[in-house]
Parts: sequence; C-alpha cells; structure tokens
Amino acid sequence: MWEIISSSLPQLIVAGIKFTIPLSLISFALGLVLALITALVRIAQRGRAFAVIKGIFNFYVWLFRSTPLLVQLFIVYFGLPYLVIPGVLDHGIKLTPFIAGIITFSLNTGAYASETIRAAITSVPQGQWEAASSIGMTRGQTLRRIILPQALYISVPPLANSFISLVKDTSLAASITIVEMFEVSQQIAAENYQPLIMYTLVALIYAVFCSILAIGQHYLEKKSNRHLSQPQGGE
Amino acid sequence: MRLEGLNKTFGEQHVLKDINLELPERKTTVIVGPSGSGKSTLLRSLNLLERPESGQYQLAELEIDFAQKISAKQVLNLRKKTGMVFQDYNLFPHKTVLQNVVEGPVQVLKQPKKQAEQEALELLDKVGLKNKAATYPEQLSGGQAQRVAIARSLAMHPEYILLDEPTSALDPELEAEVLKVLADLAREKQSLVIVTHNLFFARQIADKIVFVEDGRIIFDGEPERFFNEEQENARIRNFISAMTFSDLEAKALK
Repeated sequence: MWEIISSSLPQLIVAGIKFTIPLSLISFALGLVLALITALVRIAQRGRAFAVIKGIFNFYVWLFRSTPLLVQLFIVYFGLPYLVIPGVLDHGIKLTPFIAGIITFSLNTGAYASETIRAAITSVPQGQWEAASSIGMTRGQTLRRIILPQALYISVPPLANSFISLVKDTSLAASITIVEMFEVSQQIAAENYQPLIMYTLVALIYAVFCSILAIGQHYLEKKSNRHLSQPQGGE
Repeated sequence: MRLEGLNKTFGEQHVLKDINLELPERKTTVIVGPSGSGKSTLLRSLNLLERPESGQYQLAELEIDFAQKISAKQVLNLRKKTGMVFQDYNLFPHKTVLQNVVEGPVQVLKQPKKQAEQEALELLDKVGLKNKAATYPEQLSGGQAQRVAIARSLAMHPEYILLDEPTSALDPELEAEVLKVLADLAREKQSLVIVTHNLFFARQIADKIVFVEDGRIIFDGEPERFFNEEQENARIRNFISAMTFSDLEAKALK
C-alpha cells in the first residue's frame, strides 16, 4: 500500500499545484470582486435607470444559485461553442477547459458570496450610517471607511466557508477535461485497480488544503476581530 | 436657527405638527416631552437625519424648504453646521478614539491629518479622555464613549450640537461625567440643543425649555416659567410629576 501511495502522491500533488490551487485561488479572488460589486449594486439606493442594472445582477445571483454547478460547467464548456448568432457570433464561444472553469467557478462563487456580503453590510447597525452622515460623510465615504471594514469582518467566516466549498468543488472540473487532482486519481485508479486507496488519498489531500484554509480563517478572524467583538461602551 | 411650519409623518402617524421654533445661538435649549412625543424626530430633523415633508428651516445663511428637493450640497452644508450626539454613542468600533475624532475633519473638512490630530487631542483633553486616544471604543465605559462622541462632534466646529438623549443609556454615576462636559460647553456659550429625560439637569443647564407632546410644542420659554408658573398647565404638571417620580424611582431601584 505504501508503495502505491508513494508512487502516486507526487502526481496528485503536481495536479493540485497545477490546477486545483490556481483554479481555487483565481476563481475565489475574481468571485470576491464580483461579489462585492454585486452586493453594492443590490443595496444601492438609486433611481429608475438603475433598476435595470439591479435587475441584471438580481438575475445573475438567482441563476447561479438555482442551477447545479456541474451543469453550469457543462453549459460554459460544452454548450457555449454552439451559441451561434448569425452575423454576430458565427462560430460560437470556444474556451479552453481552464478558462471555462475559472469563469464558471468565479461566477458561482460570486453569486453566493454577494449574498454573504450584502447581508453583512445590512447587519452593520443603522447608527453607524447615521453617525457618519451626521459628520457630513457622503454615502460613498461612509461605505468605504465605516461600513465595509465592519461588514468584511462579519463576512470572514461565511466567506471562508465559500472558499472551502470552492476548493472541493474544483474536483468537478475533472468533468470538463481539466486534469486536476481528482481526475489524476481516477486515471491512476484505472491503471492500478486500487480505487479505495486512490480516492481516499485524494480525499485526504483535499482535507489538507481545506484545513490550511480553516487555519487561515481562524488567524484572520483573530486579527480583524480585536475591536469588533463586543458592542462599544460595555460594562 | 429657526423652524417654521414643520410637518412630518411616518405612514399614518403625524409625528410633527406644524412646528414653529426658534433655537437661539450660544444658548442651551432643552427639549423635553413624553416618549413618542416627536422630540427626537424634531431634533433629528435639524441634522436632516429625518426629512419633514413640509416647512422651512433656516440656519444662519442656509435656508431649506422641505417641500422642495434638497440638494446634496445643502445637506452637507447643513450637517457641517450641526453636530449630532446619539443616545447609544455610535462610535466607529474599528477605529481608535483618536481616529473617531479626526475622521470628520480629515475626510469631510479636508484638514491635514497632523493638524486634525493635534486638535483632536485638545478636544479629548477637554472631555477628560486624552489618555484614551489610542484605545478602541469597546474598551470604554458608556460615559467615556459618550464623551468621545461629543469630542467627535466638536471636532467639526459645528454651530450647534444636537444631543439625542445623551445620557439615557447611562448609569447615574456615568451620567454625571457626561453632564459635567455638557455644562462646561454651555458655560463656554456653545450652542446646544439637548433632548433629555433628566429634568434636574434641564433645570440647571437650560436657557430655554421646549416641551413637546403629541407632535406639538406645548411650551417654549424660560426654565423658571416651565418649572414654576406653568404648573397650572395640567399637561406640564402631569409630565413633571411623572418624570420626577420615575427618575426618583429609577434611582431608588439602583
């Protein structure tokens, strides 16, 4: 058994470094940016013209939260090449598996994380908005300097959850021909007929990655939590 | 500062009914009244945290007609002239005491940071909290937090400071340290408008008392008149005895 493990472990780790980690990191970073923009658009208090933009973002969040991630991957990678609009788009949209993965994972993470951030922004007490506007700060200044720093702290645990889910969900990328860790474990298992060992091994590697993230979350919470743990003016 | 014909409704509820009021400069005006009388709404309207539907609001050369659309610039100018202190302090929990005080001057008045910090330290000294400059709000007692909130509002050099039940969340001994700061400000002729339940304090500090009940101003005049002559007015008499009694009762229970 140790021989099987020691011979396959390097291949799995290489696949992790080449695909699983970059897919996770890039998608989470892009997803966060998208989530922040989406959350800000959805809480914005603007006029009618803005309603259309709000509608688009609402639709986006609804779409990605209401459909399976695996199906989303299939549509983006296998489906989009057949999206033909005569005169505009004659040959469909052909993406490399990696790019298709990044796009899908980012959009998916962004949809969920936007709800997290939106809820966190709403949970900052109304008094913070009032105090900031009473000293003449604009809505933008208030958001940037007063509300978001507090909201992002509140978001750390649920966002870490999203990140951990994402790391595991990148195993779905195997189905759109990305040779990430899970795909490699399947290939090796097909050769050595040791599915139990191979899949347990790859599961453990995912667990190690996720545990590192959980430690990071703990550290980040501690660091940003120092002054937000209790309501001010406590006894 | 002058208000004319101010009306404000929340849904069906008519909370401010044709308010006409003059709030003298360099004086301390205390607004009292039962809970739900509209006194806080009245105060918050002065900082535009509430927008009445109609009425005129004049502060020095600034004039606002609530029936018209109010521009962002008008709002900003007005807020620069009126500082607000809240019942539950509303300090920024992620900023130190010093950062809380310099936030407005640096971000809104665009003062250089060094100068703003220098001045903030002087203000903190004035409210007796210079040694707390580097602490975070969570480490302050309620009385200290409220004094920081007062320093934060002073840092904007407002013409008026509006205080919305500044001591209602505090124990009596913490209340005293906040009241002392307010009494100092009153002595320095800082224009103050205070909504409070503390009638003892009102009597001590007020140059003018405004009694609001059910969205209307019932009394507007000198404290002596309010506490003595107006005892004939049944509503004021009832209010004073109810408040004094509940105050004494609250203290007795503590």
